[in-house]
Amino acid sequence: MFLKKVMVAGAFIMLGNTAMAGCGISSGNVNVLSNDFPAIQAVTAGASTCAGDGVTVKTNLTKDHKDIMVAALTANPAEYTSVITSNSTLVTLMNDGLVRSLDDLVAKHGGGLNPSQMVTVDGKIMAVAFMANAQHLFSRSDILEKAGVSSIPATYEDVLAAAKAIKSAGLMDYPVALNTKAGWNLGEEFVNMYMGTGGDFFKPGTAEVAVNNAHGVATLNMLKSLVAYSHPDFMTFDSNATQAEWEAGNLALATMWGSRGGAVMDGEGSSEAVESSTVLSSAPTWGGKSRPASTLWWDGISISANISDEDAEATFVALMHGISPEVIAANNAAAVWLGKGYTPSKASAGVSATAAGGAAPYPMLPFMGTLHSALGSEISDFLQGSESAEQALSDVEAAYTAAATEKGFLK
Amino acid sequence: MKNRTFFWFILPSLVAMVLFIALPIGSVFIQSLYIEHGAVLKEVKSCGPFGCKDEVQIDVAATSQLKEEKPLGKFNGFGTYTNRNHLAVSELKAAWNDSANWSIYFSKVYNLPFYRALAFTLTYTFIVTPLVLLLGFFIALGVNSLPKKLKGPTIFVSLLPMIVTPLIGSLILFWMIDSKGILGASLQWLLDDPNLSLKASPALTWIMLIIYGVWHSAPFAFIVFYAGLQTVPSETIEAAMIDGASRWERTRYVVLPHLVPLIVFISLIQLMDNFRVFEPIVGFSAQASATSLSWIIYNDLAGGEGTFFGSAGATSVLTILGVAVLLIPVLIRTWNDFSRKVV
Repeated sequence: MFLKKVMVAGAFIMLGNTAMAGCGISSGNVNVLSNDFPAIQAVTAGASTCAGDGVTVKTNLTKDHKDIMVAALTANPAEYTSVITSNSTLVTLMNDGLVRSLDDLVAKHGGGLNPSQMVTVDGKIMAVAFMANAQHLFSRSDILEKAGVSSIPATYEDVLAAAKAIKSAGLMDYPVALNTKAGWNLGEEFVNMYMGTGGDFFKPGTAEVAVNNAHGVATLNMLKSLVAYSHPDFMTFDSNATQAEWEAGNLALATMWGSRGGAVMDGEGSSEAVESSTVLSSAPTWGGKSRPASTLWWDGISISANISDEDAEATFVALMHGISPEVIAANNAAAVWLGKGYTPSKASAGVSATAAGGAAPYPMLPFMGTLHSALGSEISDFLQGSESAEQALSDVEAAYTAAATEKGFLK
Repeated sequence: MKNRTFFWFILPSLVAMVLFIALPIGSVFIQSLYIEHGAVLKEVKSCGPFGCKDEVQIDVAATSQLKEEKPLGKFNGFGTYTNRNHLAVSELKAAWNDSANWSIYFSKVYNLPFYRALAFTLTYTFIVTPLVLLLGFFIALGVNSLPKKLKGPTIFVSLLPMIVTPLIGSLILFWMIDSKGILGASLQWLLDDPNLSLKASPALTWIMLIIYGVWHSAPFAFIVFYAGLQTVPSETIEAAMIDGASRWERTRYVVLPHLVPLIVFISLIQLMDNFRVFEPIVGFSAQASATSLSWIIYNDLAGGEGTFFGSAGATSVLTILGVAVLLIPVLIRTWNDFSRKVV
């Protein structure tokens, strides 16, 4: 401890007092674990400016954060004082009671937050959301125009018709892409499409799965009609692959993450023709329903349960600094920010339209992740044409039931 | 050696083996017999940036007490082994009763994740292992007959596939065989099929993974065989030449018998290695068409949402059993050789 203080003091002297960036904390350790993408990098960089006299700020930004967070927060004291969570990971942490209620901290330090940023469960604030994300439609207006399609598709039936027109006009053989890599990505596509039917994933109030029905069959058939216009390699498409294909000008209609919008429109990695004709619009509806076939996601701040109150406060204040209006304004294009200081841009139009259209948030259910995994591995046979939709859904049901029993969700 | 001396001599490695092999396997086995406690669920109101909803959550207070009393979880016996995601005993029975003929039965069995993974794992093991032996042997023969100056560089280049980390090697090949990559595009041009994609169909994916496996492991067999070739007694070879044996006859009747122990050794290592094939499946993003037992374990621990320690434990134990069964013939052979020498 003494050595640490000496080192921090030394670093402080070398920095020449500039680190007292007005965070108003005098001591504590801040150690943040999170996913790794530009918006989060901006937040953690903002939090790091609070390092200084008696305060240490460390960050670990990794794509594998999901795999280490439970073990790291179960330790007492926890390895990380905060995990940047989302709808799905917050539930995983709450399942084991690893994050604390933020009611007191928000009351004391959260004056500048919008009320809509609070994520409350059973009346307690468990996370503070700072950005929104959703998959929605990316279209190439120039290609659509050449194929004689007059408007941006609003339904997946329109997407199919437009794809057919593009293909028969000889413009592209494979105009459509979804993130259909077997595993988590494919599971997410099913969840998105199924959301558009308005159906429930589980029998209300229980952990019994309820996707093996007419809605599920229709969802699978719609996905299959779409991938018929995708490159035959579609089973290997993750969001990096679809973004690269889009920037290379190989696609005309794609369902991609909103957070990719900024990257597509950043003037890098793509031609002027592709960039200027890219239109971001709401996730389409389908089947005559009105709810966009997508799920809304938020990323937010959570604070570990197994740490001292002093560290918890320091972490919260530092992260509040990371999502301050100044940081948001300086990184406006990196995300659809929920806090003050954000000006909607062209790159965020798709996510905003999807949310405005009434898309549902990704369900915060303890057993949703288990179903998601089962979907990701069991429906690929159907999309590759080697089994029926009914068989695929009963496989999902069986795989989920076995896994949920092991997890203790089902008796 | 006296028994006592032998005991003290072997003790350090015995302790290390118990600590680092027996205990971990034992703990994995014990973990595989347990599942998590039944979660106490309650419906609560949860709100976020996109509105409020009544959702089911886990009652942490009620569940944590159970966890503290029995941290291992709920005893489940061999329930995890027999459930649908592993040996699927009741599903196999049902499939047997419902199937009119063998092909329907097999397609139903193949639909179960464990047997699907087992099918690929075994196919991979039994095709890659002999091909590696054969290819390694012929490369070794070829290199051995090169002029001295060329040998060094040739050996270095031949070893490269083994030096490359499997995950990196498979990722590089993954991009090369992409339909826009150099290999994929060349194949399309050669076969005059602009829609050909090696990643698209299960059959092509299997072939691709098997070719990758041979490419990656052949250098190992090569270098072992090459070392063995240096020990072939030149007198015997010369005697065979004087007797008028052709090059093929010398290889078949002098060199091969001399190398038999090495063939057993390489088979042993390769059977074990190939049975736990894993990296190429991740590297080639091939899980839609091909999975292996090791890939299932990885997926239970890190692939999806949440971790399944019981499942991962059960698959690990089944993998160990599988390796043991595979190695029995080779081990029997080694034992026989050993007994013969003693007598």
